[in-house]
Amino acid sequence: MSAHEEIGQHVEGAPHASMKEYMIGFSLSVILTVIPFWLVLGDVIDSRGMTIFLIIVFGIMQMFVHMVYFLHLNTKSEGGWVLISLAFTVMLVVIAIAGSIWIMYHLDLNMMPTMQM
Amino acid sequence: MSKDYEAIYADDRWSPVFGKLSWDVIPYYEPILLATFIAVVIGGGALVGFITYKKAWSYLWTEWLTSIDHKKIGIMYIILGLVMLIRGFADAILMRVHQSMTSSGGEGFLDAHHYDQIFTAHGMIMIFFVAMPFVTGLMNYVTPLQIGARDVAFPFLNNFSFWMTVGGAILVNISLFIGEFGQTGWLAYPPLSGIQFSPSVGVDYYIWALQIAGIGTTLSGINLLVTIVKMRAPGMTYMKLPVFTWTALSTNVLIVASFPVLTAVLGLLTLDRYFGTHFFTNDLGGNAMLYINLIWIWGHPEVYILILPLFGVFSEVVAVHCRKQIFGYDSMVYAIVVIMILSYIVWLHHFFTMGSGASVNAFFGITTMIISIPTGAKIFNWLFTMYKGRITYELPMMWTIAFIITFVIGGMTGVLLAVPPADFVLHNSLFLIAHFHNVIIGGVVFGIFAGINFWFPKAFGYRLDKFWGQVSFWGWVIGFYLAFMPLYALGLMGVTRRLSEFPDTTLSGYFNTASIGAVFITVGIIAFFIQLYVSYQKREELRDDNGDTWNGDGRTLEWSTSSPPPQYNFAFTPRVHNFDTWWDMKQHGYKRPTDGFKAIHMPKNTGAGIIIAMLSTIMAFALIWHIWWLAGASFFAVIMASIIHTFNYDREYYIPAEEVEATEAERTKQLANGGLT
Repeated sequence: MSAHEEIGQHVEGAPHASMKEYMIGFSLSVILTVIPFWLVLGDVIDSRGMTIFLIIVFGIMQMFVHMVYFLHLNTKSEGGWVLISLAFTVMLVVIAIAGSIWIMYHLDLNMMPTMQM
Repeated sequence: MSKDYEAIYADDRWSPVFGKLSWDVIPYYEPILLATFIAVVIGGGALVGFITYKKAWSYLWTEWLTSIDHKKIGIMYIILGLVMLIRGFADAILMRVHQSMTSSGGEGFLDAHHYDQIFTAHGMIMIFFVAMPFVTGLMNYVTPLQIGARDVAFPFLNNFSFWMTVGGAILVNISLFIGEFGQTGWLAYPPLSGIQFSPSVGVDYYIWALQIAGIGTTLSGINLLVTIVKMRAPGMTYMKLPVFTWTALSTNVLIVASFPVLTAVLGLLTLDRYFGTHFFTNDLGGNAMLYINLIWIWGHPEVYILILPLFGVFSEVVAVHCRKQIFGYDSMVYAIVVIMILSYIVWLHHFFTMGSGASVNAFFGITTMIISIPTGAKIFNWLFTMYKGRITYELPMMWTIAFIITFVIGGMTGVLLAVPPADFVLHNSLFLIAHFHNVIIGGVVFGIFAGINFWFPKAFGYRLDKFWGQVSFWGWVIGFYLAFMPLYALGLMGVTRRLSEFPDTTLSGYFNTASIGAVFITVGIIAFFIQLYVSYQKREELRDDNGDTWNGDGRTLEWSTSSPPPQYNFAFTPRVHNFDTWWDMKQHGYKRPTDGFKAIHMPKNTGAGIIIAMLSTIMAFALIWHIWWLAGASFFAVIMASIIHTFNYDREYYIPAEEVEATEAERTKQLANGGLT
């Protein structure tokens, strides 16, 4: 065990990625950002709901690009801990968002009609 | 008392230099506050004078305030918790006495405006600045020792986190004398906490104190999480972690996952108050109910953040003081993890009455009841550990037994409240108040006192006096039952919370009983401080030379070190073969290594943590009072100080092998005197 590990300030991290990976990540991010802008500014699709849906899809894809190319997430890094904590995070976020939507929807449903805005 | 509060904080009083500050915001017209202020000035002055007289400033600065030793930071967290306990408890006494007076038809001595601030401050202080520092302090002190590490993963961050927590506490205390505190209850529900109904600085104090302290809590959560994941001694797999460390791990997962929600919610409320947005207002599309939903997504895990580490404390105490391995280690660990996950899917039970449908309420009611299963499993594990164990009635064990009895009562009323139809009757009543004080005092506070009595000898090298410990114990236990059992009855009879007076004078007997209980708790608190003083006086008599304080029954690694442990904790990193590591080592005839020491690489103290944290506190103060130039300047200073700190390369040093050898030789001598091992 090296002296560095003993205080643990410099524990070994994820493998550092190459320039090439950063460039791939960068171009994918740009593409995934430009498309939603284009969809909105160019009025490409008539249906507003469809546009919003597509923007959300591109947003989620963007998140994955960041995680893989910038945060270097894969199933092996840090002995699988990164993947476990990611799964846990996703679970909590889903619980919080889905639960909130469910609760707020019900509140809205049970609101007295005069209180509707 | 007929001050026009609205006018003092009106916008037209704003000046570019002092913001909303003026002489009028200092409440010298309130006799209670004036007296408190004078007492604080005299007490503070005496303390400063004493430190100056002893020429202790540089010692204090170099050895404590800038220290990044996890042991010292842990002790400082506990001191912060004790100081704030006095503040929070003073609020409690004021409320109890006032309610006693008004319940028998008297006038009382607090106006509603002041009373509202007191219950808000009491709740917020007790959770964020008493319970949290205690819990974080225990985890900070004990966890690295239990896993055989020399410090936490990020020692500087640890110091910074502590000072951010102190910064929040300072802001809350400043609000006593400059301006006022929120009058909204401890979670500041909008629309009441919105700018329309709380135009003064009270809610801003609340928000910024929490934001500053919240940064500290989140960072210390990350720090301890990484410490446990990355720095365990070789051989210590997850199923060989001591139970306390397991609870610390789960608590820090909860902190890291839930505190960002609090930060975000308070951030949105800040936008509403400062920039006129409409996230939680009643008009223009805002929805106050979303705030309540979001803050409880944080708030419920917070409850388990507080209680889980104390479950760990009790597990350690029971095993040591019954001279038995903890019963059902595996089930203990699984129960902790199940509680950790379930705590995320119960938050709606805090607002059953807000108007969700039957299906939503039923779902959250059932999940809430399910949580009692792993908790019950833990209670049985402790009982079975005690069964046929050789119980020694030391102070930590007494607290543990009081906890088991009290917590079971609190748990049962909790399951009662989890039934939505019952909750519709009991919501916001004193029954609820009695319930959560039952679990927080019976669980968290008793656990903290168990932990302090248990690990104090480890931290300071001498035990705490048993007699005064028992006085403190009985004061708390009797006081708790006298103070809160009447509140259960009052709640069932329909008395709601947060009332400064209740018109029905026939109930005054209950309120008076509760006040008598508060007197007993006061005795318990004072006796604790006497216990500290007496133990210090008798420290030679109570000296713990062995390090394995409790009759050599210690089971985990912290008991293998000297009391207090050397700065580097372990001269050699231990190897681990069993979750009761130290017990296992003793069984196998462990011999302390006495030569072959190497230089030890350690982090260096730095003042950056306290400086950045205090600059952040100034920034928060400026934001509260709308002093924009000062806010800008201190924000800039925070950034600059952080950048300068990154250029500080002088962060590490080596404790030379000779020094380690000398320390360890001293220990060998001490062991020879102390008998045993």
